[in-house]
Amino acid sequence: MALVDSLTSALESMPGGGIILTSMDALADWSRGQSLWAMPMGTACCAMELIAASFSKFDFDRLGTFPRPDPRHVDVMIVAGTITKKMQPAVRRLYDQMAEPKYVIAMGNCAVSGGIFYYDTYSVVRGVDQFMPVDVYIAGCPPRPESLEDGVLQLRAQIRTRSMAEGRSYDRDLALPGLETDRAGTTDAVRPVGDTPLAPRSGAGEKL
Amino acid sequence: MTRVEGESGLEYLRRKLCSVYPDLCPLFSIEYADGVLLVPREALHGAAVNLKALGFERFGFVTAVDRGEYFELVCRLQSAEFGAGLFLKAEIPRDDAVSDSFTDLWPAADWHEREVYDLFGIEFTGHPDMRRILLPDDWVGHPLRKDYHDDSVIPRPDYI
Repeated sequence: MALVDSLTSALESMPGGGIILTSMDALADWSRGQSLWAMPMGTACCAMELIAASFSKFDFDRLGTFPRPDPRHVDVMIVAGTITKKMQPAVRRLYDQMAEPKYVIAMGNCAVSGGIFYYDTYSVVRGVDQFMPVDVYIAGCPPRPESLEDGVLQLRAQIRTRSMAEGRSYDRDLALPGLETDRAGTTDAVRPVGDTPLAPRSGAGEKL
Repeated sequence: MTRVEGESGLEYLRRKLCSVYPDLCPLFSIEYADGVLLVPREALHGAAVNLKALGFERFGFVTAVDRGEYFELVCRLQSAEFGAGLFLKAEIPRDDAVSDSFTDLWPAADWHEREVYDLFGIEFTGHPDMRRILLPDDWVGHPLRKDYHDDSVIPRPDYI
């Protein structure tokens, strides 16, 4: 975990205020994940859940994620729905138009593997990872908006471990705030387990 | 001829069809509360002309079914006068999958016939623009035919 993730415990008491020491790189990596604007690539029924996630009941905006219908504006493409062979070049083209760094979330079984269209079909691509890299897979037919929010949180956790400097990666500790277990396998060295009360799992637990 | 009190739309249709076009009368039947008119392929377009004159002003759709030895062309027509719909059907032989186009009677048939051509390979003579509509232009074969084969298709295993 980047130091900035646990500001309160990292603050050192000094006369007249507090001080936190971190690297510019860590700060940049951390901040990159805080506001992932999304490209809503909704091609089928999963798009209904994607749309629901954006509106007031689930309020994706509180995670800094909201839809922008322009590939130049966005950080992450959320592929929500079946991708047919005819649609594939268009999706790939939109992905190519996104500015780096860019990420892809495959939402739902169709985007993950073709889903129910895996067998006996002539027209469906068996997963978007056939033609572009995918960072997070979300299973479900369709997944609930909570699953999508969880996927975004997992993507944030991934982004924090990647450095802006190309080809370098840090062995940072990964722990999502409010989750009992660490997602990426390493332990939370900065903050002792049980230090902060566990927030509900539904994605509402994301804190600075 | 007018509709008799208490007569259903389909019964009225049968009565009027039999009086105006006696040739079509034996081909007409009522199945599942819908009219069905199964005609020989050669008589398909002529029957469509007659049905339009009879009052079937609205074209629903045209599609096809692969029955194995032949294709069944299914054309759905609707009429406000009868308050009923009708399926106009014809059997199209597999080795000579050609039919007359309905576009001269109902322009709405244009894209429907292109779709049937795309997925079943039935060609419509008289159609203004007979080419694929859904699949890419360089696609080989017609996927909704039962004997369609494509290397990218993974057959469903028995245990699913």
